[in-house]
This record gives sequence, structure tokens and C-alpha cells, in this order.
Amino acid sequence: MTSVTRVMDENEIRRALTRIAHEIIERNKGAENLVIIGVQSRGVPMAQRLAALISTIEGVEVPVGSLNVAMYRDDYATRPARTVSASQIPFDVTAKAVVLVDEVLFTGRTTRAALDAIMDLGRPAVIQLAVLIDRGHKELPIRADYVGKNLPTALKEKVDVHWTETKGEDAVMIAK
Amino acid sequence: MQLQRKDILGLQDMTPEEIGLILETAKSSKDILARPVKKVPILRGKSVCTLFYENSTRTRTSFELAAKIMSADTTSISVAGSSINKGESYKDTLLTLEAMGVDLFVIRHGAGGAAHFAANTVKSHVINAGDGMHEHPTQGLLDMLTILENKGGFDGLKVLLVGDIMHSRVARSNLWGLSKMGAEVRFCGPSTLLPSEIDKLSVKVYTDIDEAIDGVDVVNVLRIQLERMNKGFFPSVSEYANLFGINKNRLRGAKSDVLVMHPGPMNRGIEITPDVADGEFAVITDQVTNGVAVRMALLYLLLGGGGNVAAA
Repeated sequence: MTSVTRVMDENEIRRALTRIAHEIIERNKGAENLVIIGVQSRGVPMAQRLAALISTIEGVEVPVGSLNVAMYRDDYATRPARTVSASQIPFDVTAKAVVLVDEVLFTGRTTRAALDAIMDLGRPAVIQLAVLIDRGHKELPIRADYVGKNLPTALKEKVDVHWTETKGEDAVMIAK
Repeated sequence: MQLQRKDILGLQDMTPEEIGLILETAKSSKDILARPVKKVPILRGKSVCTLFYENSTRTRTSFELAAKIMSADTTSISVAGSSINKGESYKDTLLTLEAMGVDLFVIRHGAGGAAHFAANTVKSHVINAGDGMHEHPTQGLLDMLTILENKGGFDGLKVLLVGDIMHSRVARSNLWGLSKMGAEVRFCGPSTLLPSEIDKLSVKVYTDIDEAIDGVDVVNVLRIQLERMNKGFFPSVSEYANLFGINKNRLRGAKSDVLVMHPGPMNRGIEITPDVADGEFAVITDQVTNGVAVRMALLYLLLGGGGNVAAA
């Protein structure tokens, strides 16, 4: 039988995102050269939230895009072809500080695919990684620059992030 | 959703959901074409063979570019210069190439059903790039993508295909695909170039172009296949041009935002006048770009899943 535990609620998520927004601004000395890219599909709501927060804090518009990494995955030989929706990156990434956003950092393979996908769009000055949950079990030498919550998990557990935009509430659940 | 099939042989046996999936995937493949680096690694290590028993520029090049953009390796076999000229049979040619490790065949052949035969002969994937007068599914799909991009949907659209319907696999693939998606399809041509059992198809048939073009959203002008026109289908090319050629005046009967399409290669001055071919309504070069996108989508959907469709 599966048991579901709520590990972050709406307020905790809001505080974590606010802190990450401030950390991004601090690390990059402002938001002038910043662009934010969410990994499709689940990193997109978080990318939009962060962009809005940073814009409010700094008073500058931060461009936000979404990236499809299906064509860059390394597991296509063992998994079915995924439905692909187009990346929406309405700006040039060259010489920008790119903050790549995903909700959960797990094996790191999606991040690896996203890094390659961004490199094919241009040559950013720097790429940083922001995640809401770092759940461990990385299979590649990738770490996040900004973490909402470190959540040690067992491999068979499932971490599920709900966003108001897609699931009607902000919450992080863990199912065992 | 994924494509639960090994081969793409025609649009007649496809579901609207499958066609929708292919068109959606093609839309997103298209943005790779607009990028500074037109290369993604997804099909690295896959090998695609184009096997063409008939001439082609755009279909073949389009498939090869699509495969290369997705990092697959490509091989091209034409009848000229191959062992087919030494008398090697179609079946043996397929088995030989498969034994060399070809993962996907793109086949054009003068005989209807040739792609089906190949699909039953090899375990590799097969995409039909035109078989006789039967089907040309990737042309049908790229025409549909062009319509979708410009009109936003298919429901209730009136699409006219004009010209040599009898010999046209493009017309057949368009008919199957478009009518499945809710469009009304009209065929127009000289009665000698309409197939004899056309009344069994769900299509409105006209022999008067001005009647046929009335109020349509799309005019898809078929090529007069001059190489097949030696059997007296019509008295002269100029008579055909007068009676069925699409010119500015004729186009006034269509909707004011009509799309003019042509699968190419064009006979300018015969089935279409140059001012229409280069005019404001023409989307003929967009069709070519969309051809690459549709073929990328099919290669991705067939090969991108590791080929293990059954286990998916």
C-alpha cells in the first residue's frame, strides 16, 4: 500500500522560492544579464515563479523560456519516444547568465540533456541550476546551485511536486 | 501518446489521433530547423537508407536532411549505379541492406504496395515515400501541416485538389488524411484523369474548375506528370492550361484568404501561372520546409523509442 506524505506546503514553497530568487540576484549581482529557462514540462511553472519574483525584487523584466530536452535524452533506447512540444526560448542565450530550472534533481540525466540543448542554442556566459527538491541518487557529476529543500529519499520512493498552475495547489508529496 | 506501429505506409489506415500526434511532433521539430545549430543527437547510431526506384529531388533530400539533423547516418540507393541493374530483385535488395544494419528504409517505388511488401519482408522500419499511384503519406502530412499552420485547424475547411487525380498518390494521401481530420475534400480534373471508381471515395468530384474552386480555403495544384501524358488524356498541354490551370482570375472564386499549394516540381505556365506560384497566397516553399519537419517527426517517432514499440 502506498502512503503519501506532504513534505512541503504552500508557505514553505513560497519561502523557498523567495530565498532562491534572492540568492540568484546576489550571486549574479543583479538581474540585468539574467535569463531563466524551465525544463519542460515540470520545471516551467517554477521558472515563471522565479522570474516574476526576481522582476519584482529588482524592478527589471527577466526573460523566461521553456526547454524541451526529449531530443537530447540518453535513455531513448530503453524508453518510448516522448511527445515533444517545442521549446519556447524567445531570446538569445549567448553571453547571458542562464538559470536552468527543474523541480526535482534526481539522477542528473535530464540536467545533462538540458545543458547540451542550451549549448546548441548559443554560448551562455554561465549556466546555473535551480531546483525545488534535491532528492539524491545522482548518476552524473552534476549539482544544483540553488536548492529549495534537500530531501534524502529511497530509490523506490516517488517525489511529486504540485503547482497551482497545473494541479490546483502548491505542495510537495513523497509516496512510498 | 506514442505511435504504435513499425511502419508508415499510408494515411488511409491511420487514426486521427496518430495524425494529430505526428503533426504536433512536426511543429516542434520545425523549431530545430530555425536554430543556429541544426543538429540534435537523438538518433545517433541509427542508420537510415533511402531506396528510390523513381526519380526525386525534394522527397529524398528532405528525408536525408531530416535524418542528418537528428544525427542518424544515411545511405542512398538509386536504381542507376546499383546491383538492381544487374537484376537483383527488390526482395534481395531489401534483405541485403537490412543485413548491413539498416534500421529504417525510406522507399519510393513505381508499384503500388511496394512499401507494404518491404514492411512485410524486413524487420526494420519502413516509410513509404511514394508507391505507384497509391499513397505518398509524408507529402499528405506536410500538406496538412502547412494547412494547420495557416488555418489553425481542419474542421469544415474546403480543400480542392486539381489536376491529374488518377495518377496522383499525393491526392489520395491528402484525401485520406484531410477527410479523417474533418475537412471537405474536392477533386477536379479532366474526366480522363479521374480514377474510374472515384464515386466510391468520400470526395466531391468536379470537371469544371470554376465550379470546384468556389469558396474553397485551400487549392492544392497537382503537377501534370508530362512523362505519363502520352496516352491522349487531353488534346494539348495548352488546352489543359486554359481549362484547368490556376491563374489569378480563377483564384478570385476561392475564399479571400485562400492558400495555394503545389507538391512540386511545378510546370509553370501549365497547371499554375507564375504570378500565382510566386504570389501572396502561395505557401509552396513553406511546404518544402514543413516536409523536413514532418520527416523528422516520423523518424523520431519510429526510431526515437528504441524501436521497441511493443514493449512501450
